[in-house]
Amino acid sequence: METGKPKKTEGVIARREKRLALRLLSPTFLLVIAIVIFPLFANFWISFKPISLADLGAPTIFVKERIKGNLEQTGEKLVIEYRYRTSSMKYPLSNVSFSDILPDGVKLIQIDPPCAIETVSAKTVIKCELGAVEPKARGRIILDVMSEMPLTKEQFNVSEINTQFEATNILTSLDFSFSNYVKIFSASEFFEVLKTTIYYTFFGTAGALILGLFAAQIMQKAFPGRAIIRGILLFPYVAPVIAVAFSWVVLFDPFSGSVNAMMIELGVAEKPVNFFGQRFAMISLFGFQIKLPVALSMVILFEVWRYFPLSFLFILARMQSIPSDLYEAAEMDGATPFQQFWYLSLPHIVSILAVLFLLRFIWTFNKFDDIFLLTGGNAGTRTLTVNVYEQAFAVSNLGAGAAVAVVIFMFLLLFSILFIKFTPKDEA
Amino acid sequence: MAFWRLGITGGFLAGAIWASLWQLLVCVALIIGSDVQIELQMGPAFITGIIMGVFATLYKPNNAKIYFLVGILLYALLLFLCSFGAPFGSLLTDNYWCMIVSLIIISSLSFISISLTVGSLNAGMVTKYFIEAFYSRLMWGLGLVFFILIVSIPFYVMVLTSLKNQQSLLRNPLDLSIDFSVAPEKLFNSYIELFVKYDFLTLLLNSAFVSVVTVFITLLFSIPGAYAVAKLRFPARQWLSSSILLIYLIPAIILVIPLYSVFSQLGLRNSLFGLCIVYPATTIPVALYMLKGYFSGLPSELDDAGLMDGLTRWQIILKISIPLSVPAIASVALYVFMIAWNEFLFAFMFLDDVKIFTLSRGIVSLDSTEVPRQHLMAAAVVATVPVLFIFLWFEKFLVSGLTSGSVKG
Repeated sequence: METGKPKKTEGVIARREKRLALRLLSPTFLLVIAIVIFPLFANFWISFKPISLADLGAPTIFVKERIKGNLEQTGEKLVIEYRYRTSSMKYPLSNVSFSDILPDGVKLIQIDPPCAIETVSAKTVIKCELGAVEPKARGRIILDVMSEMPLTKEQFNVSEINTQFEATNILTSLDFSFSNYVKIFSASEFFEVLKTTIYYTFFGTAGALILGLFAAQIMQKAFPGRAIIRGILLFPYVAPVIAVAFSWVVLFDPFSGSVNAMMIELGVAEKPVNFFGQRFAMISLFGFQIKLPVALSMVILFEVWRYFPLSFLFILARMQSIPSDLYEAAEMDGATPFQQFWYLSLPHIVSILAVLFLLRFIWTFNKFDDIFLLTGGNAGTRTLTVNVYEQAFAVSNLGAGAAVAVVIFMFLLLFSILFIKFTPKDEA
Repeated sequence: MAFWRLGITGGFLAGAIWASLWQLLVCVALIIGSDVQIELQMGPAFITGIIMGVFATLYKPNNAKIYFLVGILLYALLLFLCSFGAPFGSLLTDNYWCMIVSLIIISSLSFISISLTVGSLNAGMVTKYFIEAFYSRLMWGLGLVFFILIVSIPFYVMVLTSLKNQQSLLRNPLDLSIDFSVAPEKLFNSYIELFVKYDFLTLLLNSAFVSVVTVFITLLFSIPGAYAVAKLRFPARQWLSSSILLIYLIPAIILVIPLYSVFSQLGLRNSLFGLCIVYPATTIPVALYMLKGYFSGLPSELDDAGLMDGLTRWQIILKISIPLSVPAIASVALYVFMIAWNEFLFAFMFLDDVKIFTLSRGIVSLDSTEVPRQHLMAAAVVATVPVLFIFLWFEKFLVSGLTSGSVKG
């Protein structure tokens, strides 16, 4: 009994803590579920549907009214014509109806079958039940009326036509197909895109890591002005991608770019090189002809330039946590600078290098903005992410874009599993 | 006898490399930064550099100031003599001052670099340690110059292009000098046009609005969340703190199609409100992860003491945890602000209406053949300056923020 009592009070506190934790976390949960988790599943859903960008606008029915005949004469026979048209290109609308108020002073002679006349609060209302309307369908309904007093067009137009219909929402309907996947996998460029992605990801990540390591090695040494230079080295990462991407585009412009002008001035190139628009260039190096993918290399260079600061920051932080007496001891033992790096610094930073490589690999794989802004995915720089945009919004096939996004997600899943498996526990 | 074990070889090498490098860089700077006619001459610099490198290995300073002064003057004199009085191709007589200043700059940079690189290296046979130390000094110096150059050139070009006009840009793309003699309204013509014609003030305000709201919502959601994960015991806590990281590996490009479709149908797409929902959702996991790390570092005894004194958990968060973690919260806020300010994809996809464009969205719409390049660059400067300003102002906070959370980019 005595041992049970404290246990019970602990239970109450524990339960209260549990409830509180749930309360504190629930706003985050809800938002993340709505904006991240739900779209993730919705993406799978869309990838199995043949949806194009134009289908997103909700379908509607348009009805137009037209009056024929002499309105000013009394006792004249008039024809009221309603023309209707559906904006839906793929799906039928059901239970379509519209209603319109007839002005006073007209008498009905004849009416087309789907329509009936009602009197609602002393006004004559025509109500037409069209039923199901096929996609792309259009048609008209004619009313013959007799005018009992002079009328104007405005009297007819003053009443708005009310339309009612039920449409199948294309996003929630239940027809699925594999056509998107068939389409993206059978396209000859898909494997080209995959290859480009892997090149870009691998070299971009490795380059940024190596440059970051080099920068960290330099900035580890104390010298006057180090804090300022460290700040400057972070600029490429901190500045908006849009600004730095366009300044690269301007810098390497074939017509007004400084780099091309400089290359011609110094005699390195005979004519301007279109750095972001040229797929390949033949370069002879030691007698070998090498086919260099120009635009892809430039995009990789940009990636390295923009993200080396991040690796640099992490590696520097790790290096500065190595106790300095280790270096003093090494110095006393006569270890050369290279030996100090190889046997002392490197073992300390190898784990952060591994983590950085994996995480940066994933992020480079996911990168969209940089390539899109530099080349728009042209000239052999189309990666999977750019392909999502290209399929969904340039070709306006949302379904195919979603299918590419699913492929990306599958790769990510694979990388994450690798990441979890190989991350040293203390670094995660 | 292994010549590479001789200290004097190091002197040769350091002299040749640094002299050539500075000669090249200063001449290129002169070509693009002034209208002085010069010719790139590497030969004299090369010879001067080697001689001065040997000098630096042979004479070690007793008094550093006098040593540098003598060395720089000696360097300038040697370069002058080696090039037969014309270190920049033409005689010093025309553009007298410009040439002399350039000569002094080249001499100072070269000699200081050479003597610092040579350092304690002696001329005779030296041990492997000193050779390697010499090479690591050489690499260090070259690396520093390399990094400063590659980082600053694109930004320099960005600012300079924005101050040019169309004719001068097309006439000579190499002329990257600023002509201060023209009237300020002409110099800043692109900026004036951006704000008058393209209404960039609205864009700036829109960006600021979205970023500040994002920071606010992110903190509002992530501080309690992080506290819960760090301090409270509940099932799946471990699982939760590791899965936050996974959420944050999901790229925007996967989410953009469903969000575009759903937001279109809900009428949220073409609105700043839509962005204010999406941005926090992408930043909260990062913020939560960063703050969680900080909160777990605060001693739990403080919370217990608070509980004993009758505070509720909310009061503990408000009165104990938040005041103690102001630096961490500041760094998270700055980092989130930076992400929101720089965000491109969602702004590009969602916003159609010019009135609600953010800066990123507005600048993309300037990227057309009808808009001159200097306007585009001026817009890039306008978008960059606030972020860089904040960054430099709060660098200490931001750097710790960057390292604690952001392998993201």
